[in-house]
Amino acid sequence: MAKSPRHHIPWGALGPWLALLGACIFFATQSDRFLTGGNLSLIMQQVMVVGVIAIGQTLIILTAGIDLSCGMVMALGSIIMSKFATELGLPVPVAILCGVGVTTLFGLVNGLLVTRIKLPPFIVTLGTLNIAFAITQLYSSSQTITDLPAGLTGLGSTFAVGGAEVAWGAVLMLVLYALAWFVLRETAAGRHIYAVGNNAEATRLVGIPTQRVLLGVYVAAGALYGIASLLSVARTGVGDPNAGQTENLDAITAVVLGGTSLFGGRGVVLGSLIGVLIVGVFRNGLTLMGVSSIYQVLVTGVLVILAVAADQLSRRGAR
Amino acid sequence: MFSSRSILAMAAMSLAASSAAFAADQPVIGLVTKTETNPFFVKMKEGAQEEAKKLGAKLLSGSGKADGDNAGQITAMENMIAAGAKTILITPSDAKAIVPAIKKARDKGVMVIALDSPADPPDATDALFATNNYTAGVLIGEYAKAAMAGKTPKIVALDLLPGHPVGAQRHNGFMKGFGLPANDAKSNELSKAPEIVCMADSFGDQAKAQTAMENCLQKAPEVNLVYTINEPAAAGAYNALKRAGKEKGVMIVSVDGGCQGIKDTNAGIIAATSQQYPLKMAAMGVAAGVEFAKTGKKASGYVDTGVTLIAGKSVAGVDSKDTKTGAELCWGKK
Amino acid sequence: MNTVANPKIVMQAKGLVKRYGHVTALDGVDFELREGEILAVIGDNGAGKSSLIKALSGATIPDEGEILLDGAPVHFRNPLDARRAGIETVYQDLAVAPAMTIYENLFLGRELRRPGFLGNVLRMLDKKKMLHESAARMADLKVGIQSMTQAVETLSGGQRQCVAVARSAAFARHVVIMDEPTAALGVKEGNMVLELIRRVRDRGLPVVLISHNMPHVFEVADRIHVARLGKRAAVLNPKNISMSDTVAVMTGAMTADQLPAEAHA
Repeated sequence: MAKSPRHHIPWGALGPWLALLGACIFFATQSDRFLTGGNLSLIMQQVMVVGVIAIGQTLIILTAGIDLSCGMVMALGSIIMSKFATELGLPVPVAILCGVGVTTLFGLVNGLLVTRIKLPPFIVTLGTLNIAFAITQLYSSSQTITDLPAGLTGLGSTFAVGGAEVAWGAVLMLVLYALAWFVLRETAAGRHIYAVGNNAEATRLVGIPTQRVLLGVYVAAGALYGIASLLSVARTGVGDPNAGQTENLDAITAVVLGGTSLFGGRGVVLGSLIGVLIVGVFRNGLTLMGVSSIYQVLVTGVLVILAVAADQLSRRGAR
Repeated sequence: MFSSRSILAMAAMSLAASSAAFAADQPVIGLVTKTETNPFFVKMKEGAQEEAKKLGAKLLSGSGKADGDNAGQITAMENMIAAGAKTILITPSDAKAIVPAIKKARDKGVMVIALDSPADPPDATDALFATNNYTAGVLIGEYAKAAMAGKTPKIVALDLLPGHPVGAQRHNGFMKGFGLPANDAKSNELSKAPEIVCMADSFGDQAKAQTAMENCLQKAPEVNLVYTINEPAAAGAYNALKRAGKEKGVMIVSVDGGCQGIKDTNAGIIAATSQQYPLKMAAMGVAAGVEFAKTGKKASGYVDTGVTLIAGKSVAGVDSKDTKTGAELCWGKK
Repeated sequence: MNTVANPKIVMQAKGLVKRYGHVTALDGVDFELREGEILAVIGDNGAGKSSLIKALSGATIPDEGEILLDGAPVHFRNPLDARRAGIETVYQDLAVAPAMTIYENLFLGRELRRPGFLGNVLRMLDKKKMLHESAARMADLKVGIQSMTQAVETLSGGQRQCVAVARSAAFARHVVIMDEPTAALGVKEGNMVLELIRRVRDRGLPVVLISHNMPHVFEVADRIHVARLGKRAAVLNPKNISMSDTVAVMTGAMTADQLPAEAHA
C-alpha cells in the first residue's frame, strides 16, 4: 500500500524558500547594508524584468514545453515601443500596445507552430529566438534608442514606503505573480495547464481542448514578455537592442530554481519569483562583499543542480 | 584571311577577357569583427564599406557570435579567403587563440591586419592599426585626478568582465593616469587600490551596468568618481546615480567617443571620455588592402589611430578637446 | 443476470464495418448490451474487439452499419460525442494526471465552479464541493481510499484503476466501457477491481468489459461476446460453458453451432 501522504513534507516546494532565506541570512551577516529596506527594494527592481518573463516561462514549462526566445522577444518589444514613441511619434499608450502586440504575436507564432505543425517547443523557440534577434537588430540598426517620453518610463519611478523607494514596476510584477498564482490554483483553465503538462494524452481523452490550452499558454507568455519589455524600458530609460540576451537562460534558471519541473505538470509559479529573487540576492550580496561576478555564476550553477535534486528526492520519498 | 565575322568574334572575346581580367583585379578585402551588434563594430564596418566603395574594392564582412567567440571568427576568415579575399582585417576576440589561423592565412599569401587590438604576439599579423586602450584609460585617469582637485577619491570601477584584455588595459590605464598603483599595459589583471571602494562587472551592457552601480551604491554610498569601461555602461551608471539622487556629486569618466556618448558628455552625464576612431582604423585597413592588391606592398608595423580626450569642462594641466570637436569626430548616429 | 424474455437493450450495433486500407477490422459485426449486465468482450488479437470498442466509444467512425443507444441511432464523431451521450470509457492507460489529486482527476474536464460572482466571473473552482462529491462517490462504490487530496501517483496500481473506474461510473449515464482493467494487477488488487466493477453494475450501469483474463471474465461477466475475424462469433453464458470451450470458440477450434443451446446467452 502507498505511504500515508500526511507525513510527506514537500521539500521540493519548501526548498527555494529555504535557499532564499539562507542566502539572506548569510549576506546579512556579511554586510550590514544588506538587510536595509532600500537595498531589498533595490533587488526587487533589479529582478522585475526577468521576474515577469519568468511568469510566462513558468506557464510554458508547466505544459512540458520551453521557450528559448523569451529574452529576445522582450528586447524586440522594447525596441518597438521606443521607436514608435520617438521616431514615429505615436502616443505612448499606443506605442506600448504595439510593443505588447508584437510580443504577443510572437507568442502566437510559437504556439501555432507547436500545436498545429506539432514541432517541439525547443526547436520552435530556438528559431523564433534568432528571428526576433535579427528583427530587433535590423529595425534598430543596432542603435540604442534614447530620449524616451516620460510616459514610457513611468513604471520605473518609485514611491516611498517607510523609508524605502519602491518602484511601480516591482509592484506590477508582484500583482502579475498574484494573478498567475490565482489562475493556476483556483480556475479550471489553470488546472488544465497542469494536466496537459502532466499527461497530455489523458487530457485529450477526457475531452479537454489540449491544443487550445497550449496555444493559450504561448500567447499569454508572449503578452507577459511585452509587459517585461515595458519594465525594461522603464528601468533603463532606453530601448536597448542588445538587451534580453542573458534573460533567456536567466528566466529558465529562475523557473527551475523555483522548483518547477522541466518535465511539466509540477510546480508553483511563486517558486519562480523566489528563483528570480535568489539570483538577485546573490548578485547584490556578492557585490556588497566585493566578490567577483564569476562566483555568482558558480553559485547559480550549484543552486540549479541542488534545486532539481531536491525536487527529485522529495518526490521519490513520497512513493 | 579573317572573315569579318571571326574578327567580330575575336573582338568580343578579347573584350570579355579583358573585362573578366578587370573584375579579377578588383581587390577583395575581408573584415572580421568581434560581434555584429556592438555599435563600435557596426561603425567600423560602415567605414570600411565606404572606403571600399571609394577605392573600388569589394568588402566581405563577418564576425563571431559574441565577444570571445574565436571559432566564429576563424570560420568567417576561412570563408572570406575561400571567396577570394587577399587581405583580412580582424579585431581579434581572443588574441592568442586566433594566431594559428592567422598564420595559415599568411602562409597562403593573405595579408592580415589587426584592428583595434593586437593579436598575441603582436607580430603574428602583418600590421596593427589600433587604438591604445591603455592610453585611453590614462587620459581619463589624469583628467579625473585633476578635476577632483585634491578631494579624497572614492572610486567605483565598472569593468567589462574578468580576464578581458581591453577591459584590463582601460582599467589599469585609468589607475596609472590617476596616480594609483597600476599594472602595465600587458597585464590582464585589474589593479586594485583602497581608493577603489567597489568593483563590479558591467559586461559593457547598460542594464547590467545600472544593476552593478546600484549594488555598488549600497556598498559604498560615499562614491564620488566612477570609471566605466564604455559609454553604455556610463549611461547605466548615471541612471543608477540619478535614482539615488546622487548624480550631482559623482563624476563619471568613460571610453569610446561614440556620438551618443559625446551627447552625454555635452549634457554633463559623462565628465570626460577618451574618443577612439573605429572608422579611421577601418578605412586605413581597406586602403592598405587595396595597396597590397595593386602593388603587392604589404602594410607593416603599428599605427596608432589615435585617441582624443573629450571633456565637457577642461581642467588645468590636462589637454582635452571640447564636445563640439568630439561631435564632429564621433562615430555612430550623428 | 437477465433472465427476462425481452431484456431491455441499452446499446446495440448492427453490421458495423471498418476497413483500414486492405485490412478489414470489422466485417459486419453485431453487438448488444442489455440493461444491468456486465458483458465481457473477448477475442484473439486481430479479432476486431478493439476496433469494436473504438467504434462504440467514438474513437473511430465505422464505414458502414449503425449504432443504437436506447433504441435511437447515434453517430459519434469523436470520443467527446460518446461521452456526451452518456458513454464513459476507462482506457487501458487510465488517462489520469498522476501529479494531480484524486478529486482533481475525478473532475478533470468537468470541474465544478463556485456559484455566483466567484464562479461565473472569476471562474473559481469549488474545491470543497468537488472534494465532498469525490469522497461520496468513492464511498458509494466502497472504494477504500481515505484522502481525496492524495496525488494519484502515490496510489498503488489497483487503487489507480479504482479511481479511473469510479470516475467513469460517476459520470456515465448509460454505459461504462472498460479496456483491460485488471491487466498488470496482482491477485489481490485484481479482485478489488472486479468487486468494484460488480458494484458499478449493481448501481444500474451496464458494463462492457474487454479482457484477456479468462478467470476474471468468468468471475464477473453475465454474458460473453466472442469476437472473431471481425464478426461476432457467439454470445455465451459463462454459467453454462467451460473456460476451455470458450477459448475454443475464440480461436475457431469450435464453432457456435457446435455448442449446446444453454451455452448461448
